[in-house]
Amino acid sequence: MSEHAVTLRVNGIAHRLQLPARRSLADALRDGCGLTGTHLGCEHGVCGACTVLLDGVPVRACLMLAVQAEGAEIRTVEGLAQGATLHPLQQAFIDHHALQCGFCTPGFLMLAVAMLEEDPDMPEAEMVHRLSSNLCRCTGYANILKAVQAAAAAMAR
Amino acid sequence: MKPAPFHWHAPTTLAEAAALLAEYAPQDGRVLAGGQSLLPAMALRIARPPHLVDINRVAGLDLLEVVDGVLRIGAVVRHAAFLREAAPGPLGALLAAVARHIAHWPIRQRGTFCGSLCHADPAAEWPLVAAVLDAVMVAHSLRGDRRIAAAAFQRGLLDTALEPDELLRAVELPLLAADARFGFEEVSRRAGDFAQAMALAVLRRGPDGRVTEARLGLGGVEPAPRRFPQAEAMLRGAIPDAALIDAAAHSVAQAAQPMEDEGYRRALTRTVVQRALLQACA
Repeated sequence: MSEHAVTLRVNGIAHRLQLPARRSLADALRDGCGLTGTHLGCEHGVCGACTVLLDGVPVRACLMLAVQAEGAEIRTVEGLAQGATLHPLQQAFIDHHALQCGFCTPGFLMLAVAMLEEDPDMPEAEMVHRLSSNLCRCTGYANILKAVQAAAAAMAR
Repeated sequence: MKPAPFHWHAPTTLAEAAALLAEYAPQDGRVLAGGQSLLPAMALRIARPPHLVDINRVAGLDLLEVVDGVLRIGAVVRHAAFLREAAPGPLGALLAAVARHIAHWPIRQRGTFCGSLCHADPAAEWPLVAAVLDAVMVAHSLRGDRRIAAAAFQRGLLDTALEPDELLRAVELPLLAADARFGFEEVSRRAGDFAQAMALAVLRRGPDGRVTEARLGLGGVEPAPRRFPQAEAMLRGAIPDAALIDAAAHSVAQAAQPMEDEGYRRALTRTVVQRALLQACA
């Protein structure tokens, strides 16, 4: 069973870890880096709670081995706020009641960050298509969509 | 759940990957490409390979290029590469339209075209595309390259003609003629879910409107996607109208051997084939 020394670059900070090959990126972020904002729901790629950005694109952190992420720039929900100032998406999620229990929220935020960084003027139909990637079982998607649209407008100002 | 323990090998050259597979395939070692099907299977402990040969760092396997009228897709080219037109003409548009049906956005950033063909899920989109367009699979091992026709590649449910020590290094898709028209229709229960049935039609028509070339395939219903020569023959030489399209769709639905829900899947087959043909004739 192979053990590996890996350096993960998360939100601009290098974390040097020793871990077994089977350790997922999601578990390494939580247990190795102490960044528990990334949540694990289904652990097999269906729910999207563990969505993080890998070199700018959203991926399921449960469907990657931590050893595969060496050399990549990883971004997690902990990297969104600037000090006490929330990211416009985080603020919009609060303002538009886009979360209740909050379990899926870190994944939705990272998914939405990638959407708006790729296309700040993303059409609504494309937003709906992208947001279907993750599961929310209490708020529903209408308020999440509203929040992402509001954040897009706020970021354009 | 978490995967069972395994040894991870990360070769950087094709030769190294082939050597590792020769050594570990007899011990149930597997290739790890995008990992979007293998890693869930491992997390659920459906698969417990003791060795993974991770090909993501192998030089040259990420190439996606057009050479001599053929789109060559390397082993680690991701689904997302096809969302923007990856090939000139109708082939690029076809691949972009189909790619939007594959799982979800984040999965498409990691999952690979070739990996989908190797996994050989009956409900996966790329194997249908490969079958309809007569792709050629290029398998590699210590014995060298071996070219396999699409029709001989997927042998059934999760079963391909690849030997355990062979790596699918590339797939070749012939470009489509500029006047080719395609239609793709899929029914799934939820956004991004597996297809219950899907059909891909590619037609070329002469100046008089008659079909000169017809390709028609069905996926998600039988253990492996395939073309339906009888329905294609009905279309060839004819001017497709609503009645002919319905007759061709009926023919596919009658010929198909659904794995389950026979009546429903036949009805669905008729619908998706009809819609794919209507798109291709529009």
